[in-house]
Amino acid sequence: MSKWHFVTDGFVKNNPTFVLVLGMCPTLATTTSALNGLEMGLATMFVLILSNIVISLIAPMVPDKVRIPVYITVIATFVTVLQLLMQAFTPAAYETLGLFIPLIVVNCIVLGRAEGFANKHGVGESALDGIGIGLGFTAALTAIGIVREVLGSGSIFGWKFIAGDGILAFVMAPGAFLVLGYLMVLFNKYLAKK
Amino acid sequence: MAYFLIFVSAIFVNNILLAQFLGICPFLGVSNKLSTATGMSGAVCFVITLATVVTYLLNKYLLVPFGLEFLQTISFILVIAALVQMVEIVLKKISPSLYQALGIFLPLITTNCAVLGVAITVVTKEFALGGAPHMLNLGEATVYAIATSLGYGLAMCLFAGLREHLAQSDVPKAFKGLPIALITVGIMAMAFLGFSGIV
Amino acid sequence: MAAASTLKNMALCLGAVCLVCSAVVGGSYVLTAGPIAEAARAKTVASIAAVLPEFSAEPVEGSITVNGTDYTYYQVEGAGCAIVSSTSGFGGPLKLMVGIASDGTVHNTTVLSHSETPGLGAKCTTDEGFIAQFRGFDPAVKSLSVKKDGGDLDAITASTITSRAYALAVSNAVAVFNEINKGGQAHE
Repeated sequence: MSKWHFVTDGFVKNNPTFVLVLGMCPTLATTTSALNGLEMGLATMFVLILSNIVISLIAPMVPDKVRIPVYITVIATFVTVLQLLMQAFTPAAYETLGLFIPLIVVNCIVLGRAEGFANKHGVGESALDGIGIGLGFTAALTAIGIVREVLGSGSIFGWKFIAGDGILAFVMAPGAFLVLGYLMVLFNKYLAKK
Repeated sequence: MAYFLIFVSAIFVNNILLAQFLGICPFLGVSNKLSTATGMSGAVCFVITLATVVTYLLNKYLLVPFGLEFLQTISFILVIAALVQMVEIVLKKISPSLYQALGIFLPLITTNCAVLGVAITVVTKEFALGGAPHMLNLGEATVYAIATSLGYGLAMCLFAGLREHLAQSDVPKAFKGLPIALITVGIMAMAFLGFSGIV
Repeated sequence: MAAASTLKNMALCLGAVCLVCSAVVGGSYVLTAGPIAEAARAKTVASIAAVLPEFSAEPVEGSITVNGTDYTYYQVEGAGCAIVSSTSGFGGPLKLMVGIASDGTVHNTTVLSHSETPGLGAKCTTDEGFIAQFRGFDPAVKSLSVKKDGGDLDAITASTITSRAYALAVSNAVAVFNEINKGGQAHE
């Protein structure tokens, strides 16, 4: 049987944002524009893939009682590495995403996949799962970002197609909740139809 | 005066849930009933305040003197995880009644990003309180932590109250559950926007 | 199958994980320290270049305390002085880099960081009409505050508080510039 479904599952059936409803904080906070959403998604995917791989490798050797502390340490290590890499090579993105980069440590998606998938599966499968869930998360964040940017600033990926301002509320906090709520409705409709 | 400004700003203007988006997962998870919402708020309030003070001191007296600020993320999360465990054990021993009320929420709190978020915010962000922006001192950081968690409790309890009614109203099928909850929070956040600019 | 949860196993496992993780974090810190410093320097130099006339000399960093507040500034030979000045805006700190030419006029300003409302106060980074007022502004002739307060600056529409904060940051920078030059050329 093909292993391809590990990737597609993360995208639709187990979509972390619309179905599992995990990792809501960065989803709401960083999607003020399409680019920010994309960057946040990729940053999370980086940590997710690496932590999935390492945890699937070490899981057989870790005693049950210290499982969670070990996973948190591994995840925090990769987040710190990511912080350092971003500061060095993409300082602008690091500055916009700010607090939400270190907060990947407590993103329930990462710990959730470590605990729910990686410690029961092999390295290859865990890596594919990381890619699938990571892509699903990135796609969801980018979609929310696009909607908020189009409505709120009248532009898409920084390219302005309406002169002047959009509906400012969508760039600010309330817009995040509203857009996510309505996109979830659409996703439910789509799943119900299938 | 500075303390008062921090207080108002952290509860209303920069509400941690509605304006900063921290701790959303437990917010959506346990706000179905008012009683669980108050329990969770109490536990969060306790842990945020304690964790902020401990990590502030850790940062000031251990990480900064040795130039190890890049270890903030990893050391803070480990300290918070250990602290939550310790609170659980101590609470169980000295106050069984309080443990009964808050105990089941404690394990959830380690991965509540509000705790780590506040701890990192107070040591990295400059605050503008009328005068020149500056870093918070220990007293201000403590007040900020308390006020922030009160803001968390306020938003959580208000929302739980709304949600209890929401559960009984007739909404279209695709809106049931989280979508309508998120839209309600959106409207609440809009109301809280009205506070911006008062500090 | 997970290893048994004996004290020895747990201690060994946690110890080993911590050791490896510290090695990874320490290693990446050493490897990225250079690029991080370089990125920070590039950002500072770029913002200095944006606010001062063209220069070739290396900016020299200094710091000074004026009215109880610490300021960082960059002295550039033959061009002037770029001063980092921050005040309270509408949504939080508003941090500017203010370039003051050697003759004491403001050359240009740029926003380093802000937390103003998108579409309103945040226009202080894009509103050409507002920003242009500061170019070539001579504080000796005109007054650095918004017209509402009796000064010579037009505020951004619907964002008086942000405009006030911006003007205050620039006027603080002017005060810092005067303070630096009062002591003659004692500094670099």
